[in-house]
Amino acid sequence: MALLEIEDLHASVDGHQILKGVNLVLNAGEVHSIMGPNGSGKSTLAQVLARRESYEVTQGRVLYAGKDLLQMKPEEAACEGVFLAFQYPVEIPGIGNAYFLRSAMNAIRKYRGEDELDAMDFLPVFRERLKLLEMDDALMSRSLNEGFSGGEKKRNEILQMAMLEPRLAILDETDSGLDIDALKIVAEGVNALRSSQRAFLVITHYQRLLNYIAPDFVHVLVDGKIVRSGGPELALELEEKGYGWTEAEAQPA
Amino acid sequence: MSTSVETIRDLAQQEYKWGFVTKIDEDRVPKGLNEEIVRLISARKGEPEFMLEWRLKALRHWQSLERKDAEPKWANITYGPIDYQDIVYYSAPKQRPAIDSLESLDPEILRTYEKLGIPLEEQKRLAGVAVDAVFDSVSVATTFKSKLAEMGVIFCSFSEAVQKHPDLVRKYLGSVVPYTDNFFASLNAAVFTDGSFVYVPKGVRCPMELSTYFRINAAETGQFERTLIVADEGATVSYLEGCTAPIRDENQLHAAVVELVALDNAQIKYSTVQNWYPGDKEGRGGIYNFVTKRGKCVGVNSKISWTQVETGSAITWKYPSCILQGENSVGEFYSVALTNNRQQADTGTKMIHIGKNTRSTIVTKGISAGRGQNTYRGQVKIMKSATGARNYTQCDSLLIGDRCGAHTFPYIDVRNSTARMEHEASTSRIGENQLFYLRQRGLKTEEAVSMIVNGFCKTVFRELPMEFAVEAQKLLGVSLEGSVG
Repeated sequence: MALLEIEDLHASVDGHQILKGVNLVLNAGEVHSIMGPNGSGKSTLAQVLARRESYEVTQGRVLYAGKDLLQMKPEEAACEGVFLAFQYPVEIPGIGNAYFLRSAMNAIRKYRGEDELDAMDFLPVFRERLKLLEMDDALMSRSLNEGFSGGEKKRNEILQMAMLEPRLAILDETDSGLDIDALKIVAEGVNALRSSQRAFLVITHYQRLLNYIAPDFVHVLVDGKIVRSGGPELALELEEKGYGWTEAEAQPA
Repeated sequence: MSTSVETIRDLAQQEYKWGFVTKIDEDRVPKGLNEEIVRLISARKGEPEFMLEWRLKALRHWQSLERKDAEPKWANITYGPIDYQDIVYYSAPKQRPAIDSLESLDPEILRTYEKLGIPLEEQKRLAGVAVDAVFDSVSVATTFKSKLAEMGVIFCSFSEAVQKHPDLVRKYLGSVVPYTDNFFASLNAAVFTDGSFVYVPKGVRCPMELSTYFRINAAETGQFERTLIVADEGATVSYLEGCTAPIRDENQLHAAVVELVALDNAQIKYSTVQNWYPGDKEGRGGIYNFVTKRGKCVGVNSKISWTQVETGSAITWKYPSCILQGENSVGEFYSVALTNNRQQADTGTKMIHIGKNTRSTIVTKGISAGRGQNTYRGQVKIMKSATGARNYTQCDSLLIGDRCGAHTFPYIDVRNSTARMEHEASTSRIGENQLFYLRQRGLKTEEAVSMIVNGFCKTVFRELPMEFAVEAQKLLGVSLEGSVG
């Protein structure tokens, strides 16, 4: 059974139709990349899958691990294993990074009927993952994303992903605003988490990130529809020819 | 955005969790306020002559104010007229057990505390907190007394202090908040029934947090508490005050007075968690809380620190203040005030700098939700004599939903050019994007809101004693269930 099945998904934001019939299937163990020009609906797809309520689904269905994802609240989807690495992570003043992460882990564990973690269980794992992402220990006590640089925020997203161990990880333009060193660290973090139990949906505007995270499949989203799918070579082709090439294909013949 | 507003409204529907009434026989005086009632109260309490005289002077002053219609109207709050003749000014549980033994308490009272989650026995055992429990208007239990007595610390009900330590009461009563201070303070002086009294002698560091739980119980009984805390030279004391109240249909007037006196090198820390019944979601019922709290740093290098977490009451009118008279004295005010549904709060502080090199810090966090109206009102006054005075003020407001209000009225009056003043202010709202971010990580909306608000209040909560901080977060959570999105 596929982990994620998207069928004819239509969605609108503030009355504007953004997704116009997306079809996509992800199996556990696969890494898919969604590429596309600005405004093609990449982020909308990510937000809809994470169940943001201000994004209205007008048609289609999404099955996640056999369940109707579109019936879930954001926290239910999260507890079922859907993780979104945000393009613009939000700052929450006064809430310690470690405290927040432990609360999130425990919310998810509680949902699954597992025992909550105390600080003694949590800290060793947290420290290890910090190291993986070459993040400073001082981040533990700092407020969630507050005063973080753009790169620190993105790394923090990957840190959270590494801690929460989702089954479906959606990365929304995690590469934007990263310099090459940070990009490599983020990619290494992602690669370390690749497993046969987990699928990735990596949304990116540029091919650059895909040099470090080798996707199994590449899809091109244009004007709310996937117009082309292929292997990693598609990303290179796009890099060479630009999106104009696929946009032409999106026009009805 | 609309979804999150809906959520806020849904959450705002939850009922006050701690509303219940305890059945206890009460000893009450008739409704109304006149000389006869004041004499009756004083007689019931077996007070010495000087107390009766003081009460009567206060009554006359209050009556003159009432004739001039001098009930303060400047605050940013609205409420119907209060009929002061329609209030019962004294009630006490009839059963008065021996003060030192919990076993002799009316089991009903014990059960009330258990419902509140603060069983005396637990408190006694756990935190090493001495509890002077004020049930309605008369203290019924005082614990840890003997241990405190060994160190010369006096911690008892005000009534007991009047009987056993009349000289101290006489010396300090009204020395910070005179009976002429304001309308509600005059009223309190005339009719106050009980409260707490603390005296920490020279050089003594009080070995435990002193705590009083106030609870309004009798219907139509205004509660008029009076607390006096004196820290003698070099003494240190930390005092905790916290309360909840049962559901009532009629508004209940509460006009308390708290006076703090810090002599040379003394320190007083006064922490409050207030969660009185705020009224229902339409604003019916709920406590009117008109409180005068003031501390006087009389001595050099003395320090008074107020921390308050105000989540209850229909109306809060409260300005815990510091008179910084001694050289190098320090005043602090840390406040979290939350208004939900139809609650109104007009609260803040006054820092009056008189002595040289006096310093004050004000940090306030106002949270408005539902149709709540939250006002910060603060005055920082640097007198001519206060060379080298410094003040730092930070007031932040957080809005939840789109039907509430936050207001800020800072008054700054500087009469000495060496003063250094800093003022920072911010207003923000809980955004749909913040909530979505936290929910995407698995937290329920309520948990997310609670987390954001607790983060917002962090700089105040860390001023609270540890066990109180935990309780404050819980109270905020409970209040927020009705408040936030």
